[in-house]
Amino acid sequence: MNVNLLEIEDLRVIYKTDEDTIYAVNGVDMSVKNGETMGLVGETGAGKTTTALAIMKLLPERTGFIKSGRITLDGIDITRATEHEMEAIRGNTVSMIFQDPMTSLNPTITVGRQIAEVLQLHEKSKSSSEMARSVDEMMELVGIPSHRKNEYPHQFSGGMKQRIVIAIALACKPKLLIADEPTTALDVTIQDQVLEMMNDLKERLGTSMILITHDLGVVAQTCDTVAIMYAGEIIERGRVEEVFDTQIRHPYTSGLFGSIPNIKVTARRLNPIDGLMPDPASPPDGCGFYERCPKKMEMCGKKPPLFPTEGNGHAIRCWLHGDCARRGDGS
Amino acid sequence: MIRYIGQRLLMMIPVILGISLIIFSIMDLTKGDPARLILGEGATLEAIEAKREELGLNDHFIVRYVKYIAGVAVGDFGRSYRTDAPVSEEIFSRFPTTFYIAFLGILFATLFAIPAGVISAVRQYSAIDVITTVVAMLLTSMPGFFVGMLLILVFALMLRIFPATGISTWKHFILPSLSVASVTMANFIRMTRSTMLEVIRQDYIRTARAKGASVRRVIFTHCLRNSLLPVVTVIGINFGVQLGGTIMIEAVFAIPGLGTYMINAIRQKDIPAVMGSVIFAAIVAGIVNLAVDIMYAYIDPRVKSHYERFTKRGRRDAGKA
Repeated sequence: MNVNLLEIEDLRVIYKTDEDTIYAVNGVDMSVKNGETMGLVGETGAGKTTTALAIMKLLPERTGFIKSGRITLDGIDITRATEHEMEAIRGNTVSMIFQDPMTSLNPTITVGRQIAEVLQLHEKSKSSSEMARSVDEMMELVGIPSHRKNEYPHQFSGGMKQRIVIAIALACKPKLLIADEPTTALDVTIQDQVLEMMNDLKERLGTSMILITHDLGVVAQTCDTVAIMYAGEIIERGRVEEVFDTQIRHPYTSGLFGSIPNIKVTARRLNPIDGLMPDPASPPDGCGFYERCPKKMEMCGKKPPLFPTEGNGHAIRCWLHGDCARRGDGS
Repeated sequence: MIRYIGQRLLMMIPVILGISLIIFSIMDLTKGDPARLILGEGATLEAIEAKREELGLNDHFIVRYVKYIAGVAVGDFGRSYRTDAPVSEEIFSRFPTTFYIAFLGILFATLFAIPAGVISAVRQYSAIDVITTVVAMLLTSMPGFFVGMLLILVFALMLRIFPATGISTWKHFILPSLSVASVTMANFIRMTRSTMLEVIRQDYIRTARAKGASVRRVIFTHCLRNSLLPVVTVIGINFGVQLGGTIMIEAVFAIPGLGTYMINAIRQKDIPAVMGSVIFAAIVAGIVNLAVDIMYAYIDPRVKSHYERFTKRGRRDAGKA
């Protein structure tokens, strides 16, 4: 259980357009252990989805590139894998669930055949009757009666479509499941059901999961570890208990927590974080959060803070904390 | 579904009535006396008057129109003023020629355009894409009769592979069909390319890639079917138009099809022949459109369920009444 299923070292992803280069992911390090769920939190444009697509190697052709870094999944270096090798990995070792279930299923193919496709691609030895049985099983597993397999996506509700997407993602029992905001497009009552089901299936199949979300509540409920992304960098990570039950946080994380209404405290207004993320086309020299940080110091704008990578503990990328603070004083 | 087809066929009746009224009025309002045209310049006034009486041209416009429609309703399209043969016979004897040329032309165009459009979408901005786009632009900017003349020049006069005019053997059909194809192909290529590009960017294509499907598999099983819908419409519309007769191309190749029949009828004010061929073209276009709509249902299940709902609602309303 202590082996790292996924290890990402110093991942850098850029998007090249005719006008300029967007630095979307700037040196991300992270790891996911077998059977663990990691929450990846951050505001829109922080690079969460880009990181996920880099793991799948599904960055947009001709514009998205992995500039440097290493992604090791189950012992294989994905950054060096050929397209042919990736086809065997996708859907089999790693699956991804996308944000909008309304558009992630093919409207002209029955849901049963869409589930069967992933089995046909990866479990070629199975006979067609075995495959049909697996499809039925998967549908029942996500709570959809299997007699509906000959229906088309438009005949299902949003929550049911997302269940089918989950069935497709889990059909080959992948080792890693990347869920990119799987519940954002669903209404609140369905959100809870879908999350609970995903958690349950993940436990049963022993799958590791990266859960991309905006919702810290969801993280507290489902994740073992959490990584907080800002402007293409992970600025804080640790076990969920450590990050949630402490006052020692990155100022951005504090801001995120300050933006959640607390039922016990009668505050007049929430404390949103003012300002916007730095322009990813021209990243700043110093700390990415400098412009918006309430606790900024002179040096923050000049030198990017260090990020302690050793150990599994709580790590914060900020000149105010830990090693950074000590070394910062020394220099 | 059958009920839907029935409803659509019934809806064609008012359309045909409207078209026939417009053409009948135009023929009536334009200059020229059919009787004089039939008998020639040297005819006496008495003879012309007798001919007018014989053709019923002295009746009121409305009387003539109603008589004509009453005839059409029982399948009688009248007799041609020029040849005195039944119009329906003349149309049916010419229709196969027009049909073969239209069908072969659309077939050539489709067989070439869909693969070309797909390749240029998948390899967007590649050399193949640029070449296909240039070819498509060239073809759009050249009228069909011009392409026809070029084909005659090269294949009939210079290379002597295919005959230039006539319809006696299958070889005679090749060049006219290619001319028809050249006119329609550019449209098909651009339509296929743009819808493919649109479909490739859809989320479900990314889902399919995330399953581990290869690019080739994704294109064939996921993209093609979804992008065919608009292409089928354009193919259908073009086929309908070509079935009405391609006047220019038939003229270039001296083909006795519906187009030449219609143009001669108009020139000589042969009212029954003009009416008959226009109504026939309208019916054919209506049937082709219906066939396209039915094909939709088989390509896209969402459309099918819409039809089923449509007919169910019809039945429910009928129940209420």
